[in-house]
Amino acid sequence: MRTLSPIFYLLAALTLAGGLATVLLKQLVHCALAVTVAFAGLALLFLQLDAQFAGFAQILVYIGAVAILIVFAILLTRGSDLPKDGVFSRSWPLGLVIAAGVFAVLGWAVLASVGAVPQQNTVPAVTVHDIGDALVGRYVLPLEIVALLLTAATIGAVIVAMHEKERPR
Amino acid sequence: MIATPWATNPFFVNLDQIFVLLRNWLVGFLPAALRPAAGVLLGVIAIVCVFPGLFALTTVFERKGLGRIQNRIGPNRVGPYGLLQPVADGIKSLTKEDIVPLRANAAVHFLAPLVLVVTVFMGFAVLPVGRNMVLVDMDAGLLFFFAMGAATELCVFMAGWSSRNKYSLLGAMRAVAQMISYEVVLLLSSVAVVMITGSLSLPKIVAAQNTYTGVFPHWYIFTPWGLAGFLMYAIAATAETNRSPFDLPEGESELVAGYHTEYSGFKFALFFLGEYLAMFSISGLGTTLFLGGWSAPFSFLTWVPSWIWFFGKVMMSIFVFIWMRGTLPRLRQDQLMNFAWKFVLPFTLLNLLVTALWRFMGEGWARWVVCSVILIAAYVVMGRLEMRSEHFGRRRYRYAE
Repeated sequence: MRTLSPIFYLLAALTLAGGLATVLLKQLVHCALAVTVAFAGLALLFLQLDAQFAGFAQILVYIGAVAILIVFAILLTRGSDLPKDGVFSRSWPLGLVIAAGVFAVLGWAVLASVGAVPQQNTVPAVTVHDIGDALVGRYVLPLEIVALLLTAATIGAVIVAMHEKERPR
Repeated sequence: MIATPWATNPFFVNLDQIFVLLRNWLVGFLPAALRPAAGVLLGVIAIVCVFPGLFALTTVFERKGLGRIQNRIGPNRVGPYGLLQPVADGIKSLTKEDIVPLRANAAVHFLAPLVLVVTVFMGFAVLPVGRNMVLVDMDAGLLFFFAMGAATELCVFMAGWSSRNKYSLLGAMRAVAQMISYEVVLLLSSVAVVMITGSLSLPKIVAAQNTYTGVFPHWYIFTPWGLAGFLMYAIAATAETNRSPFDLPEGESELVAGYHTEYSGFKFALFFLGEYLAMFSISGLGTTLFLGGWSAPFSFLTWVPSWIWFFGKVMMSIFVFIWMRGTLPRLRQDQLMNFAWKFVLPFTLLNLLVTALWRFMGEGWARWVVCSVILIAAYVVMGRLEMRSEHFGRRRYRYAE
Protein backbone atom coordinates (compact mmCIF):
# COMPACT_ATOMS: atom_id res chain seq x y z
CA MET A 1 0.00 0.00 0.00
CA ARG A 2 1.16 3.47 -0.82
CA THR A 3 1.19 5.85 2.09
CA LEU A 4 -1.04 8.87 1.67
CA SER A 5 0.12 12.40 2.35
CA PRO A 6 -0.70 14.13 5.66
CA ILE A 7 -2.68 16.71 3.69
CA PHE A 8 -5.02 13.93 2.60
CA TYR A 9 -5.65 12.94 6.23
CA LEU A 10 -6.31 16.56 7.22
CA LEU A 11 -8.80 17.03 4.39
CA ALA A 12 -10.45 13.68 5.10
CA ALA A 13 -10.84 14.64 8.77
CA LEU A 14 -12.34 18.00 7.74
CA THR A 15 -14.81 16.36 5.36
CA LEU A 16 -15.83 13.72 7.92
CA ALA A 17 -16.21 16.32 10.66
CA GLY A 18 -18.43 18.38 8.37
CA GLY A 19 -20.53 15.34 7.54
CA LEU A 20 -20.88 14.30 11.19
CA ALA A 21 -21.79 17.83 12.26
CA THR A 22 -24.46 17.86 9.56
CA VAL A 23 -26.31 14.93 11.11
CA LEU A 24 -25.59 15.72 14.77
CA LEU A 25 -26.18 19.48 15.10
CA LYS A 26 -29.60 20.62 16.29
CA GLN A 27 -30.09 23.95 14.50
CA LEU A 28 -31.09 23.26 10.88
CA VAL A 29 -29.16 26.26 9.51
CA HIS A 30 -26.05 25.08 11.35
CA CYS A 31 -26.51 21.70 9.66
CA ALA A 32 -26.70 23.43 6.28
CA LEU A 33 -23.47 25.32 7.01
CA ALA A 34 -21.80 22.10 8.20
CA VAL A 35 -22.72 20.31 4.99
CA THR A 36 -21.04 23.21 3.17
CA VAL A 37 -17.85 22.45 5.08
CA ALA A 38 -18.13 18.83 3.93
CA PHE A 39 -18.60 20.01 0.32
CA ALA A 40 -15.56 22.26 0.62
CA GLY A 41 -13.52 19.37 2.02
CA LEU A 42 -14.50 17.20 -0.95
CA ALA A 43 -13.55 20.01 -3.36
CA LEU A 44 -10.15 20.32 -1.68
CA LEU A 45 -9.69 16.53 -1.97
CA PHE A 46 -10.30 16.82 -5.73
CA LEU A 47 -7.76 19.66 -5.91
CA GLN A 48 -5.26 17.61 -3.94
CA LEU A 49 -5.61 14.92 -6.65
CA ASP A 50 -4.81 17.58 -9.32
CA ALA A 51 -8.38 17.47 -10.62
CA GLN A 52 -8.79 21.24 -10.98
CA PHE A 53 -11.94 21.17 -13.06
CA ALA A 54 -13.79 18.75 -10.78
CA GLY A 55 -12.69 20.66 -7.68
CA PHE A 56 -13.79 24.09 -8.92
CA ALA A 57 -17.00 22.70 -10.36
CA GLN A 58 -17.69 21.14 -6.96
CA ILE A 59 -17.28 24.53 -5.25
CA LEU A 60 -19.31 26.38 -7.89
CA VAL A 61 -22.19 23.90 -7.97
CA TYR A 62 -22.34 22.60 -4.41
CA ILE A 63 -21.35 25.64 -2.34
CA GLY A 64 -22.64 28.24 -4.79
CA ALA A 65 -25.94 26.57 -5.66
CA VAL A 66 -26.85 23.46 -3.65
CA ALA A 67 -26.00 24.94 -0.25
CA ILE A 68 -27.93 28.12 -1.10
CA LEU A 69 -30.86 25.99 -2.24
CA ILE A 70 -30.84 24.07 1.06
CA VAL A 71 -30.72 27.33 3.02
CA PHE A 72 -33.62 28.79 1.01
CA ALA A 73 -35.62 25.61 1.54
CA ILE A 74 -35.06 25.79 5.30
CA LEU A 75 -36.01 29.46 5.55
CA LEU A 76 -39.04 29.25 3.25
CA THR A 77 -40.49 26.28 5.17
CA ARG A 78 -40.01 27.98 8.57
CA GLY A 79 -37.63 25.18 9.53
CA SER A 80 -35.26 27.57 11.25
CA ASP A 81 -37.44 27.97 14.33
CA LEU A 82 -37.84 24.33 15.30
CA PRO A 83 -37.73 23.10 18.92
CA LYS A 84 -34.37 23.32 20.65
CA ASP A 85 -34.04 19.55 21.09
CA GLY A 86 -33.74 19.14 17.32
CA VAL A 87 -35.49 16.85 14.90
CA PHE A 88 -34.03 13.37 15.13
CA SER A 89 -35.87 10.62 13.36
CA ARG A 90 -36.85 7.65 15.54
CA SER A 91 -35.67 5.23 12.89
CA TRP A 92 -32.05 6.42 12.90
CA PRO A 93 -30.58 2.93 13.58
CA LEU A 94 -32.15 1.76 10.32
CA GLY A 95 -30.57 4.71 8.53
CA LEU A 96 -27.22 3.78 10.02
CA VAL A 97 -27.57 0.20 8.73
CA ILE A 98 -28.43 1.43 5.22
CA ALA A 99 -25.52 3.89 5.25
CA ALA A 100 -23.13 1.15 6.40
CA GLY A 101 -24.46 -1.11 3.64
CA VAL A 102 -23.90 1.53 0.96
CA PHE A 103 -20.42 2.22 2.32
CA ALA A 104 -19.58 -1.51 2.28
CA VAL A 105 -20.72 -1.90 -1.35
CA LEU A 106 -18.79 1.18 -2.48
CA GLY A 107 -15.67 0.12 -0.56
CA TRP A 108 -15.88 -3.37 -2.02
CA ALA A 109 -16.30 -1.98 -5.53
CA VAL A 110 -13.28 0.30 -5.15
CA LEU A 111 -11.07 -2.42 -3.71
CA ALA A 112 -12.15 -4.92 -6.37
CA SER A 113 -11.38 -2.45 -9.17
CA VAL A 114 -7.71 -2.14 -8.19
CA GLY A 115 -6.82 -5.26 -10.21
CA ALA A 116 -9.06 -4.37 -13.15
CA VAL A 117 -7.58 -0.93 -13.84
CA PRO A 118 -4.06 -0.88 -15.34
CA GLN A 119 -1.61 0.45 -12.77
CA GLN A 120 -0.05 3.76 -13.75
CA ASN A 121 2.97 5.12 -12.02
CA THR A 122 2.74 8.56 -13.60
CA VAL A 123 -0.18 10.84 -12.97
CA PRO A 124 -2.00 11.41 -16.28
CA ALA A 125 -2.08 15.11 -17.15
CA VAL A 126 -5.69 15.94 -17.95
CA THR A 127 -6.26 19.53 -18.97
CA VAL A 128 -9.61 21.31 -18.97
CA HIS A 129 -9.30 21.29 -22.76
CA ASP A 130 -9.28 17.46 -22.78
CA ILE A 131 -12.36 17.36 -20.56
CA GLY A 132 -14.16 19.73 -22.92
CA ASP A 133 -13.19 17.61 -25.93
CA ALA A 134 -14.43 14.45 -24.21
CA LEU A 135 -17.71 16.08 -23.17
CA VAL A 136 -18.71 17.22 -26.66
CA GLY A 137 -17.01 14.32 -28.42
CA ARG A 138 -17.30 10.87 -26.89
CA TYR A 139 -19.81 11.69 -24.16
CA VAL A 140 -22.04 14.05 -26.15
CA LEU A 141 -25.13 11.82 -25.85
CA PRO A 142 -25.13 11.63 -22.01
CA LEU A 143 -24.45 15.39 -21.94
CA GLU A 144 -27.46 16.08 -24.16
CA ILE A 145 -29.67 13.75 -22.10
CA VAL A 146 -28.69 15.61 -18.93
CA ALA A 147 -29.35 18.93 -20.67
CA LEU A 148 -32.81 17.73 -21.74
CA LEU A 149 -33.58 16.53 -18.22
CA LEU A 150 -32.52 19.88 -16.72
CA THR A 151 -34.58 21.81 -19.26
CA ALA A 152 -37.62 19.67 -18.43
CA ALA A 153 -37.02 20.28 -14.72
CA THR A 154 -36.77 24.05 -15.31
CA ILE A 155 -40.01 24.11 -17.33
CA GLY A 156 -41.65 22.01 -14.61
CA ALA A 157 -40.51 24.46 -11.94
CA VAL A 158 -41.88 27.38 -13.95
CA ILE A 159 -45.25 25.63 -14.34
CA VAL A 160 -45.41 24.84 -10.62
CA ALA A 161 -44.65 28.47 -9.82
CA MET A 162 -47.16 29.80 -12.39
CA HIS A 163 -50.06 27.82 -10.99
CA GLU A 164 -50.61 30.20 -8.10
CA LYS A 165 -51.16 33.20 -10.34
CA GLU A 166 -54.24 31.69 -12.00
CA ARG A 167 -56.17 31.50 -8.74
CA PRO A 168 -58.84 34.24 -8.48
CA ARG A 169 -57.94 36.83 -5.90
CA MET B 1 1.92 46.60 -36.43
CA ILE B 2 3.45 50.01 -35.86
CA ALA B 3 5.60 49.97 -32.74
CA THR B 4 7.73 52.78 -31.45
CA PRO B 5 11.43 52.13 -30.81
CA TRP B 6 10.67 52.87 -27.13
CA ALA B 7 8.90 49.51 -26.80
CA THR B 8 12.25 47.70 -27.07
CA ASN B 9 14.20 50.29 -25.03
CA PRO B 10 15.75 48.39 -22.08
CA PHE B 11 14.64 51.11 -19.63
CA PHE B 12 10.96 50.71 -20.47
CA VAL B 13 11.22 46.90 -20.68
CA ASN B 14 12.68 46.88 -17.16
CA LEU B 15 10.08 49.37 -15.93
CA ASP B 16 7.38 47.06 -17.28
CA GLN B 17 8.87 44.11 -15.40
CA ILE B 18 10.04 46.09 -12.35
CA PHE B 19 7.90 44.17 -9.86
CA VAL B 20 8.90 40.79 -11.29
CA LEU B 21 12.59 41.80 -11.15
CA LEU B 22 12.15 43.11 -7.60
CA ARG B 23 10.61 39.83 -6.53
CA ASN B 24 13.37 37.79 -8.16
CA TRP B 25 16.03 40.01 -6.53
CA LEU B 26 14.48 39.62 -3.06
CA VAL B 27 14.02 35.87 -3.48
CA GLY B 28 17.64 35.57 -4.62
CA PHE B 29 18.83 36.08 -1.03
CA LEU B 30 17.24 32.80 0.05
CA PRO B 31 18.52 29.24 -0.46
CA ALA B 32 17.27 27.67 -3.70
CA ALA B 33 14.92 25.25 -1.95
CA LEU B 34 12.85 28.07 -0.40
CA ARG B 35 12.68 30.26 -3.53
CA PRO B 36 9.37 29.09 -5.11
CA ALA B 37 7.50 29.35 -1.79
CA ALA B 38 9.02 32.77 -1.04
CA GLY B 39 8.05 34.01 -4.52
CA VAL B 40 4.44 33.02 -3.94
CA LEU B 41 4.50 34.57 -0.46
CA LEU B 42 5.76 37.88 -1.87
CA GLY B 43 2.98 37.79 -4.47
CA VAL B 44 0.38 37.24 -1.75
CA ILE B 45 1.84 40.11 0.31
CA ALA B 46 1.68 42.38 -2.74
CA ILE B 47 -2.00 41.52 -3.33
CA VAL B 48 -2.89 41.94 0.35
CA CYS B 49 -1.19 45.37 0.44
CA VAL B 50 -2.04 46.85 -2.97
CA PHE B 51 -5.77 46.21 -3.15
CA PRO B 52 -6.70 47.44 0.36
CA GLY B 53 -4.53 50.49 -0.39
CA LEU B 54 -6.54 51.01 -3.54
CA PHE B 55 -9.68 50.55 -1.43
CA ALA B 56 -8.61 53.38 0.88
CA LEU B 57 -8.02 55.69 -2.08
CA THR B 58 -11.31 54.68 -3.68
CA THR B 59 -13.35 55.59 -0.60
CA VAL B 60 -12.05 59.19 -0.78
CA PHE B 61 -12.44 59.24 -4.56
CA GLU B 62 -16.03 57.98 -4.24
CA ARG B 63 -17.03 60.48 -1.55
CA LYS B 64 -15.43 63.32 -3.48
CA GLY B 65 -17.09 62.20 -6.72
CA LEU B 66 -20.51 61.77 -5.13
CA GLY B 67 -20.05 65.15 -3.46
CA ARG B 68 -19.35 66.82 -6.79
CA ILE B 69 -22.37 65.10 -8.40
CA GLN B 70 -24.55 66.37 -5.53
CA ASN B 71 -23.05 69.88 -5.76
CA ARG B 72 -21.04 69.80 -2.53
CA ILE B 73 -17.33 69.47 -1.79
CA GLY B 74 -17.05 66.12 -0.03
CA PRO B 75 -14.45 65.26 2.64
CA ASN B 76 -12.06 68.22 3.05
CA ARG B 77 -10.97 68.37 6.71
CA VAL B 78 -8.46 65.53 7.29
CA GLY B 79 -5.19 66.20 5.49
CA PRO B 80 -4.78 68.05 2.19
CA TYR B 81 -8.03 67.91 0.18
CA GLY B 82 -9.35 65.34 2.68
CA LEU B 83 -6.90 62.73 1.40
CA LEU B 84 -6.19 61.33 4.87
CA GLN B 85 -9.88 60.63 5.49
CA PRO B 86 -9.45 56.80 5.12
CA VAL B 87 -6.80 56.87 7.89
CA ALA B 88 -9.26 58.58 10.22
CA ASP B 89 -12.00 56.15 9.20
CA GLY B 90 -9.68 53.19 9.82
CA ILE B 91 -8.72 54.39 13.32
CA LYS B 92 -12.36 55.04 14.10
CA SER B 93 -13.51 51.57 13.06
CA LEU B 94 -10.63 49.88 14.91
CA THR B 95 -11.34 51.65 18.20
CA LYS B 96 -15.12 51.37 18.02
CA GLU B 97 -16.89 48.96 20.37
CA ASP B 98 -17.75 45.64 18.75
CA ILE B 99 -21.42 45.01 19.51
CA VAL B 100 -22.98 41.57 19.04
CA PRO B 101 -26.76 41.31 19.55
CA LEU B 102 -27.80 39.26 22.59
CA ARG B 103 -29.75 36.62 20.67
CA ALA B 104 -27.28 36.52 17.76
CA ASN B 105 -25.61 33.33 16.74
CA ALA B 106 -22.16 34.37 17.92
CA ALA B 107 -19.98 31.87 16.02
CA VAL B 108 -21.66 32.40 12.63
CA HIS B 109 -21.88 36.15 13.26
CA PHE B 110 -18.11 36.21 13.83
CA LEU B 111 -17.21 33.97 10.88
CA ALA B 112 -19.28 35.69 8.18
CA PRO B 113 -17.10 38.82 7.56
CA LEU B 114 -13.87 36.82 7.84
CA VAL B 115 -14.86 34.16 5.29
CA LEU B 116 -16.21 36.89 3.00
CA VAL B 117 -12.94 38.82 2.89
CA VAL B 118 -10.85 35.65 2.50
CA THR B 119 -12.88 34.35 -0.44
CA VAL B 120 -12.85 37.75 -2.13
CA PHE B 121 -9.06 37.96 -1.77
CA MET B 122 -8.70 34.49 -3.32
CA GLY B 123 -10.19 35.76 -6.59
CA PHE B 124 -7.18 38.05 -7.14
CA ALA B 125 -4.86 35.02 -7.32
CA VAL B 126 -5.72 34.32 -10.96
CA LEU B 127 -6.00 37.90 -12.29
CA PRO B 128 -3.09 38.90 -14.55
CA VAL B 129 -2.32 42.46 -13.38
CA GLY B 130 0.55 42.90 -15.84
CA ARG B 131 2.86 41.08 -18.23
CA ASN B 132 4.13 37.96 -16.35
CA MET B 133 2.36 39.27 -13.24
CA VAL B 134 -0.13 36.62 -12.18
CA LEU B 135 0.12 34.81 -8.86
CA VAL B 136 -1.11 31.40 -10.08
CA ASP B 137 -1.41 30.69 -13.81
CA MET B 138 -4.16 28.10 -13.54
CA ASP B 139 -5.46 26.06 -16.43
CA ALA B 140 -9.00 26.66 -15.13
CA GLY B 141 -8.44 30.19 -13.79
CA LEU B 142 -11.80 31.58 -14.85
CA LEU B 143 -13.61 28.69 -13.15
CA PHE B 144 -11.61 29.31 -9.97
CA PHE B 145 -12.62 32.97 -10.01
CA PHE B 146 -16.31 32.13 -10.30
CA ALA B 147 -16.06 29.37 -7.68
CA MET B 148 -14.71 31.92 -5.19
CA GLY B 149 -17.42 34.39 -6.18
CA ALA B 150 -20.07 31.78 -5.50
CA ALA B 151 -18.72 31.22 -2.01
CA THR B 152 -19.33 34.85 -1.04
CA GLU B 153 -23.12 34.41 -1.37
CA LEU B 154 -23.14 32.02 1.55
CA CYS B 155 -21.23 34.54 3.69
CA VAL B 156 -23.87 37.18 3.01
CA PHE B 157 -26.53 34.73 4.08
CA MET B 158 -24.55 33.77 7.21
CA ALA B 159 -24.27 37.44 8.19
CA GLY B 160 -27.95 38.15 7.67
CA TRP B 161 -29.25 35.03 9.37
CA SER B 162 -26.96 35.05 12.40
CA SER B 163 -27.84 38.64 13.35
CA ARG B 164 -31.41 37.73 14.39
CA ASN B 165 -32.78 40.90 12.95
CA LYS B 166 -35.59 41.12 10.43
CA TYR B 167 -33.82 43.80 8.39
CA SER B 168 -30.65 41.73 8.26
CA LEU B 169 -32.49 38.60 7.16
CA LEU B 170 -34.58 40.44 4.57
CA GLY B 171 -31.46 42.12 3.20
CA ALA B 172 -29.60 38.82 3.06
CA MET B 173 -32.45 37.06 1.25
CA ARG B 174 -32.67 39.90 -1.27
CA ALA B 175 -28.90 39.84 -1.75
CA VAL B 176 -28.73 36.08 -2.26
CA ALA B 177 -31.70 36.03 -4.68
CA GLN B 178 -30.15 38.88 -6.66
CA MET B 179 -26.66 37.39 -6.70
CA ILE B 180 -27.92 33.99 -7.89
CA SER B 181 -30.00 35.56 -10.68
CA TYR B 182 -27.19 37.69 -12.01
CA GLU B 183 -24.44 35.12 -11.50
CA VAL B 184 -25.98 33.07 -14.33
CA VAL B 185 -25.60 36.06 -16.64
CA LEU B 186 -22.07 36.78 -15.42
CA LEU B 187 -21.00 33.20 -16.20
CA LEU B 188 -22.77 33.00 -19.56
CA SER B 189 -21.40 36.32 -20.81
CA SER B 190 -17.87 35.14 -19.94
CA VAL B 191 -18.46 31.82 -21.73
CA ALA B 192 -18.56 33.76 -25.04
CA VAL B 193 -14.93 34.82 -24.48
CA VAL B 194 -13.94 31.25 -23.61
CA MET B 195 -15.59 30.02 -26.83
CA ILE B 196 -13.47 32.37 -28.95
CA THR B 197 -10.20 31.96 -27.04
CA GLY B 198 -10.55 28.23 -26.43
CA SER B 199 -9.04 28.51 -22.96
CA LEU B 200 -10.12 29.13 -19.36
CA SER B 201 -6.69 30.50 -18.45
CA LEU B 202 -6.82 34.29 -17.95
CA PRO B 203 -3.22 35.02 -19.15
CA LYS B 204 -4.06 33.17 -22.38
CA ILE B 205 -7.23 35.24 -22.81
CA VAL B 206 -5.17 38.44 -22.48
CA ALA B 207 -2.52 37.12 -24.88
CA ALA B 208 -5.24 36.41 -27.46
CA GLN B 209 -6.32 40.08 -27.37
CA ASN B 210 -2.80 41.55 -27.32
CA THR B 211 -2.39 41.87 -31.11
CA TYR B 212 -2.92 44.90 -33.31
CA THR B 213 -4.29 45.77 -36.75
CA GLY B 214 -2.58 49.01 -37.70
CA VAL B 215 -2.63 50.90 -34.40
CA PHE B 216 -5.89 49.37 -33.12
CA PRO B 217 -5.95 46.45 -30.69
CA HIS B 218 -7.98 43.23 -31.03
CA TRP B 219 -9.87 43.66 -27.77
CA TYR B 220 -13.05 41.62 -27.62
CA ILE B 221 -15.16 44.70 -26.86
CA PHE B 222 -14.52 45.87 -30.43
CA THR B 223 -16.53 42.98 -31.90
CA PRO B 224 -20.37 42.81 -31.99
CA TRP B 225 -20.60 39.81 -29.68
CA GLY B 226 -17.91 41.26 -27.41
CA LEU B 227 -19.72 44.59 -27.03
CA ALA B 228 -23.02 42.85 -26.24
CA GLY B 229 -21.25 40.45 -23.88
CA PHE B 230 -19.43 43.29 -22.13
CA LEU B 231 -22.65 45.26 -21.59
CA MET B 232 -24.37 42.19 -20.13
CA TYR B 233 -21.28 41.50 -18.02
CA ALA B 234 -21.24 45.07 -16.74
CA ILE B 235 -24.93 44.92 -15.76
CA ALA B 236 -24.45 41.59 -14.00
CA ALA B 237 -21.27 42.79 -12.28
CA THR B 238 -23.08 45.84 -10.90
CA ALA B 239 -25.84 43.62 -9.54
CA GLU B 240 -23.37 41.04 -8.23
CA THR B 241 -21.52 43.67 -6.17
CA ASN B 242 -24.81 45.16 -4.87
CA ARG B 243 -23.99 48.56 -6.30
CA SER B 244 -26.54 51.20 -7.19
CA PRO B 245 -28.94 50.96 -9.09
CA PHE B 246 -29.06 47.34 -7.88
CA ASP B 247 -28.43 48.15 -4.20
CA LEU B 248 -31.75 46.85 -2.88
CA PRO B 249 -30.08 44.52 -0.35
CA GLU B 250 -28.68 47.60 1.36
CA GLY B 251 -31.45 50.06 0.60
CA GLU B 252 -31.09 52.49 3.52
CA SER B 253 -34.63 53.78 3.33
CA GLU B 254 -36.16 50.31 3.63
CA LEU B 255 -33.69 48.00 5.36
CA VAL B 256 -31.39 50.21 7.48
CA ALA B 257 -28.24 48.63 6.00
CA GLY B 258 -29.34 45.16 4.91
CA TYR B 259 -27.34 42.15 5.98
CA HIS B 260 -24.71 44.15 7.86
CA THR B 261 -27.15 46.15 9.99
CA GLU B 262 -25.98 44.45 13.19
CA TYR B 263 -22.27 44.79 12.52
CA SER B 264 -20.18 47.52 14.04
CA GLY B 265 -16.56 48.47 14.44
CA PHE B 266 -13.98 46.35 12.66
CA LYS B 267 -16.37 43.66 11.46
CA PHE B 268 -18.34 46.33 9.62
CA ALA B 269 -15.09 47.62 8.14
CA LEU B 270 -14.38 44.09 6.89
CA PHE B 271 -17.75 44.01 5.09
CA PHE B 272 -16.99 47.38 3.59
CA LEU B 273 -13.56 46.17 2.50
CA GLY B 274 -15.04 42.97 1.06
CA GLU B 275 -17.56 44.94 -0.98
CA TYR B 276 -14.93 47.18 -2.53
CA LEU B 277 -12.49 44.32 -3.11
CA ALA B 278 -15.29 42.45 -4.91
CA MET B 279 -15.73 45.55 -7.07
CA PHE B 280 -12.01 45.61 -7.91
CA SER B 281 -11.85 41.92 -8.70
CA ILE B 282 -14.96 41.91 -10.86
CA SER B 283 -13.74 45.01 -12.74
CA GLY B 284 -10.37 43.31 -13.09
CA LEU B 285 -12.01 40.24 -14.59
CA GLY B 286 -14.11 42.37 -16.95
CA THR B 287 -10.93 44.19 -18.01
CA THR B 288 -9.18 40.88 -18.59
CA LEU B 289 -12.05 39.32 -20.54
CA PHE B 290 -13.21 42.18 -22.75
CA LEU B 291 -10.86 45.18 -22.47
CA GLY B 292 -7.60 43.43 -23.29
CA GLY B 293 -6.31 43.10 -19.71
CA TRP B 294 -2.89 44.71 -19.43
CA SER B 295 -2.45 45.36 -23.16
CA ALA B 296 -2.10 48.94 -24.44
CA PRO B 297 -5.00 50.62 -26.28
CA PHE B 298 -2.80 51.62 -29.26
CA SER B 299 0.22 49.83 -30.65
CA PHE B 300 2.40 52.96 -30.30
CA LEU B 301 1.74 53.01 -26.55
CA THR B 302 3.11 49.53 -25.79
CA TRP B 303 6.15 51.10 -24.07
CA VAL B 304 3.97 52.21 -21.13
CA PRO B 305 4.26 49.56 -18.38
CA SER B 306 1.53 46.91 -18.60
CA TRP B 307 0.48 47.25 -14.94
CA ILE B 308 -0.36 50.92 -15.50
CA TRP B 309 -2.84 49.90 -18.21
CA PHE B 310 -4.43 47.22 -16.02
CA PHE B 311 -4.93 49.45 -13.00
CA GLY B 312 -5.95 52.37 -15.21
CA LYS B 313 -8.70 50.29 -16.79
CA VAL B 314 -9.86 49.00 -13.39
CA MET B 315 -10.02 52.53 -11.97
CA MET B 316 -11.99 53.67 -15.04
CA SER B 317 -14.54 50.93 -14.29
CA ILE B 318 -14.66 52.05 -10.65
CA PHE B 319 -15.28 55.61 -11.86
CA VAL B 320 -18.24 54.36 -13.90
CA PHE B 321 -19.56 52.51 -10.82
CA ILE B 322 -19.40 55.74 -8.79
CA TRP B 323 -20.94 57.77 -11.62
CA MET B 324 -23.88 55.34 -11.84
CA ARG B 325 -24.34 55.47 -8.07
CA GLY B 326 -24.55 59.25 -8.24
CA THR B 327 -27.03 59.38 -11.12
CA LEU B 328 -29.38 56.39 -11.22
CA PRO B 329 -32.35 55.75 -8.90
CA ARG B 330 -32.75 52.36 -7.21
CA LEU B 331 -34.76 49.63 -8.96
CA ARG B 332 -37.73 47.87 -7.41
CA GLN B 333 -37.42 44.17 -6.52
CA ASP B 334 -39.82 42.96 -9.26
CA GLN B 335 -38.14 45.21 -11.85
CA LEU B 336 -34.79 43.73 -10.85
CA MET B 337 -35.94 40.13 -11.27
CA ASN B 338 -37.91 40.79 -14.47
CA PHE B 339 -34.89 42.55 -15.97
CA ALA B 340 -32.60 39.64 -15.10
CA TRP B 341 -34.75 36.76 -16.26
CA LYS B 342 -36.73 38.32 -19.11
CA PHE B 343 -34.18 40.55 -20.80
CA VAL B 344 -30.57 40.03 -19.73
CA LEU B 345 -30.58 36.23 -19.61
CA PRO B 346 -32.26 35.63 -23.02
CA PHE B 347 -30.05 38.25 -24.61
CA THR B 348 -26.91 36.61 -23.17
CA LEU B 349 -28.05 33.20 -24.45
CA LEU B 350 -28.59 34.72 -27.91
CA ASN B 351 -25.15 36.27 -27.66
CA LEU B 352 -23.68 32.78 -27.17
CA LEU B 353 -25.27 31.68 -30.46
CA VAL B 354 -23.98 34.79 -32.20
CA THR B 355 -20.50 34.09 -30.82
CA ALA B 356 -20.61 30.57 -32.25
CA LEU B 357 -21.70 32.05 -35.61
CA TRP B 358 -18.79 34.52 -35.44
CA ARG B 359 -16.39 31.67 -34.72
CA PHE B 360 -17.51 29.54 -37.66
CA MET B 361 -18.14 32.19 -40.33
CA GLY B 362 -14.42 32.81 -40.69
CA GLU B 363 -12.59 36.04 -41.45
CA GLY B 364 -14.23 38.73 -43.56
CA TRP B 365 -16.78 41.52 -43.36
CA ALA B 366 -19.81 39.17 -43.71
CA ARG B 367 -19.66 38.07 -40.05
CA TRP B 368 -19.52 41.67 -38.85
CA VAL B 369 -22.75 42.49 -40.71
CA VAL B 370 -24.62 39.28 -39.82
CA CYS B 371 -23.70 39.30 -36.10
CA SER B 372 -24.44 43.04 -35.68
CA VAL B 373 -27.79 42.76 -37.43
CA ILE B 374 -28.90 39.78 -35.32
CA LEU B 375 -27.94 41.47 -32.04
CA ILE B 376 -29.46 44.86 -32.88
CA ALA B 377 -32.67 43.26 -34.19
CA ALA B 378 -32.98 41.12 -31.05
CA TYR B 379 -32.40 44.17 -28.85
CA VAL B 380 -35.06 46.21 -30.63
CA VAL B 381 -37.63 43.38 -30.77
CA MET B 382 -37.16 42.34 -27.13
CA GLY B 383 -37.25 45.93 -25.96
CA ARG B 384 -40.47 46.62 -27.89
CA LEU B 385 -42.15 43.44 -26.68
CA GLU B 386 -41.35 44.04 -23.03
CA MET B 387 -42.15 47.73 -23.09
CA ARG B 388 -45.52 47.16 -24.80
CA SER B 389 -47.40 47.07 -21.52
CA GLU B 390 -45.78 50.30 -20.32
CA HIS B 391 -47.47 53.48 -21.52
CA PHE B 392 -44.97 56.20 -22.10
CA GLY B 393 -46.07 59.76 -22.46
CA ARG B 394 -46.84 62.71 -20.29
CA ARG B 395 -46.82 61.77 -16.61
CA ARG B 396 -50.29 61.68 -15.10
CA TYR B 397 -50.74 62.32 -11.40
CA ARG B 398 -53.67 60.43 -9.95
CA TYR B 399 -54.10 62.36 -6.72
CA ALA B 400 -52.14 65.56 -6.99
CA GLU B 401 -54.11 67.32 -9.70
